[in-house]
Amino acid sequence: MTPTHLPWRIATVAAAKPESARAKAILLDVPGWPGHLAGQHLDLRLTADDGYQAQRSYSISSAPAGEPQLEITVERVDDGEVSPFLLDELREGDPLELRGPIGGYFTWVPGDGGPLLLVGGGSGVAPLMAMLRARTRSGDRTPVRLLYSARTVDELLYRAELDRLADEADGFELIATLTRGAPEGWTGEQGRIGREMLAARGFPPEERPRIFVCGPTPFVEACADALVALGHEGGRIKTERFGPTGDLK
Amino acid sequence: MLITRGFKGKARNRGAAQDRVPPGQYVTPDFPVLSAGPTPRTSLEEWSFGLRLGGRTVAEWRWADFEKLPQTEVTVDIHCVTKWSKLDTRWRGVTFDDLLGAAGLAAPPTSFVMAHCDGGYTSNAPVADLAQGRAMIATHYEDLPIAPAHGGPARLLVPHLYFWKSAKWVRWLDFIEEDQAGFWESLGYHIYGDPWREQRYRGDP
Repeated sequence: MTPTHLPWRIATVAAAKPESARAKAILLDVPGWPGHLAGQHLDLRLTADDGYQAQRSYSISSAPAGEPQLEITVERVDDGEVSPFLLDELREGDPLELRGPIGGYFTWVPGDGGPLLLVGGGSGVAPLMAMLRARTRSGDRTPVRLLYSARTVDELLYRAELDRLADEADGFELIATLTRGAPEGWTGEQGRIGREMLAARGFPPEERPRIFVCGPTPFVEACADALVALGHEGGRIKTERFGPTGDLK
Repeated sequence: MLITRGFKGKARNRGAAQDRVPPGQYVTPDFPVLSAGPTPRTSLEEWSFGLRLGGRTVAEWRWADFEKLPQTEVTVDIHCVTKWSKLDTRWRGVTFDDLLGAAGLAAPPTSFVMAHCDGGYTSNAPVADLAQGRAMIATHYEDLPIAPAHGGPARLLVPHLYFWKSAKWVRWLDFIEEDQAGFWESLGYHIYGDPWREQRYRGDP
């Protein structure tokens, strides 16, 4: 969806729901929102009383249709300028400037087909949630697997909803993995998503899955490289990276 | 202008660097990576770089020959459409002007260029934005070969436009008569991308 231009709109915060100790789902009423595709993002613009402005991009985590509000997922960047404000200061009823939708590549529409392999690290699950929700709401039955990595069980965002979607057994499979230890009784995976886990739990290259990888840069680099090494076509692997780069080779 | 209740801003851009940071941007000491797909890894043995016109290759260099072209070093500020700016980045490579000279072209044959890259990425720019020292094919960043994730072995560097125009993994420049939309330009991003006019998305004035 690419409107001819993207005006700033004034949204109203409808709710801010904690998803973990470090992240919230922020629900927005946006009059005139033109609609979006699962996977797209929006820009927020904050203005201080002296006119100073800051802008940031956030992935949209709500489905394109059938939901009353637009949802973004905000995770704390410790020394950040915008995320601490959104998590600590923003209240229900506050107005917020935004524009979008933005980005026409990292998108999936029910009917694009699959199988669909979603690989998320931390809050990188946000645009993948939009895809899962779009699939569920449209009654689409494309086989989909979500490989979702978080540090601890408490940092798995949207856990209750994901568990519920997985329980429906309609072709969606959730593979969650914890990288910094698991609680007693944890039945998911442990350790980082790498070649081994992608080979064991992803779809084989012969099935030509559509692949979306979103997360911190080192996570996406490692997953995308591993997928290429396993024989998946580069052109079928769509990526979205964020945050510090770490040590890149 | 809508004042955001309770927002102070960390004001990282205020002070000395303020006039170097375009609207809506923030300065980062990091060097973020944004790419639409996996990082291509083309070996130097397989690598070549070309200039093309009307489907014909005007000039082409293998890596060893490309390295022998005149080298230019620049220190520039870069601005990514995802809002980060990075100041004083130092690059080395071959300027667009020197490429034309090495190809025996007295003047650019057309008014626009489409950069083509490993992985299928493309990006367009007017020739006027590349000539007269305004752009180069960069091979080194801060004295080291550019890392693959940052576009190595070679990337276009057009620092006065949003950084998606500085196409990573560039393999040839196609001289075209009419301006055409490249990869992001056809997916809702601005056809030109001047950060000082905040031309992020299609239709931004």
